[in-house]
Amino acid sequence: MTDFTLWDIVRNLLLAGRWTVVLSLIAFAGGACVGLMLTLLRMGGLWPIRWLVRLYVDLFQGTPLLMQLFLAYFGAAVLGFDISAWTAASVALTLFTSAFLCDIWRGCVEAVPSGQWQAARVLGLNYLQSMRHVILPQALRLAVPPTVGFSVQVIKGTALASVIGFVELTKAGTMLNNAAFAPFTIFALVALGYFILCYPLSRYARYLERKLYGAGSR
Amino acid sequence: MTLDFSTLLPYTDEILKGLMTTVWLTVVTTFVGIALAIVVAYVRDGGRGIASRLLGAYVEVTRNTPFIVQLFFLFFGLPALGVPISATVAALLAMVLNLGAYTAEILRAGIDSTARGQHEAARALGLSRLQSFRHVVLVPAFSRVYPSLISQCIIVMLGSAVVSQISVFDLTYAANFIQSRNFRGFEVYLVVTLIYLLLAVGLRLAFEFVGRRLFAFLQGGSS
Repeated sequence: MTDFTLWDIVRNLLLAGRWTVVLSLIAFAGGACVGLMLTLLRMGGLWPIRWLVRLYVDLFQGTPLLMQLFLAYFGAAVLGFDISAWTAASVALTLFTSAFLCDIWRGCVEAVPSGQWQAARVLGLNYLQSMRHVILPQALRLAVPPTVGFSVQVIKGTALASVIGFVELTKAGTMLNNAAFAPFTIFALVALGYFILCYPLSRYARYLERKLYGAGSR
Repeated sequence: MTLDFSTLLPYTDEILKGLMTTVWLTVVTTFVGIALAIVVAYVRDGGRGIASRLLGAYVEVTRNTPFIVQLFFLFFGLPALGVPISATVAALLAMVLNLGAYTAEILRAGIDSTARGQHEAARALGLSRLQSFRHVVLVPAFSRVYPSLISQCIIVMLGSAVVSQISVFDLTYAANFIQSRNFRGFEVYLVVTLIYLLLAVGLRLAFEFVGRRLFAFLQGGSS
């Protein structure tokens, strides 16, 4: 049995950490695209479409992410696809992210005063034009802080991909621990890795929120 | 593609056993976690001493690392330091610490939005810091952040699916167990996911019911 030096552990965790970052970026970018479409459908659209989007959001917010990962993984098999842990994790995390972003952004669009809508429509803009030129620019300003804040949840969510065998930071930690058996050090380092990724984003989200709502609160 | 749910029927006992575990873990975590959060919020509200800073670090570390890593750290790390810990205790501890940190931050937002003047008035009337926190600061803050609190408890309940990974026999563990016997992964996970959904709805309804009773006097305008 080979001895693991601290550097061996750190180096392997850093290598695996790359995949945590890549998976987070995929989930966030994919989730933002799907989430934006859902938000537009939720705000405009016919009532059956709005209702369906709402159901979609409630389903993803009301079930464990771990189950969503399992369902993506086993669901693909039932449909006859043999998908990798990569694909299953990307799909499940993208859908999960889109549902939460849709909910956040819907709140931001609704926070724009309704007079703005009426004014835009009275000026002859259609739904998409009003959205594009009047509502979204204002909603965007409100949306940035909670969106940055949610990116932290996405990064932490990628840790669950380890359960379906995707080798990222957490999975690398458990694998290293099986070989080196230094759980305290290894999982402290894994936690540190996530903290380094997440804490700056949390702080930035808080800073943006303060800037947006003024220095009124302490 | 064929779905066959009948292969689940022989495993009703396992599902019920897992369900009970998930429910009791959630109930205990809700009470102990909120109690912990109140203590943390009280100490952090008091000032910038060493205890306040340490608790601040606890809140930030917990909020910025994944629950599964916290769970592994406690379950695998503590025994390595000579502190024996069972899977169930590790799961409960991780859940309580997690809910405690998030709820402390939620409460703090509620406390910050309570007018400072009220706190000062309470102190001027001769209430001790604890009395004024308990009667003047905490209760209105609690009622104001109650909706966020409900969501957070539901998030922790759903997140508890992860405790199956340290072999606590919860709902997800039951699903994995059945899947390894009947090889009907999709059907099993679909049914268990629906049970989680019902649990989430049930938890929200229970919280709303309790909330109406708890804060009825506030709505009456007596405060």
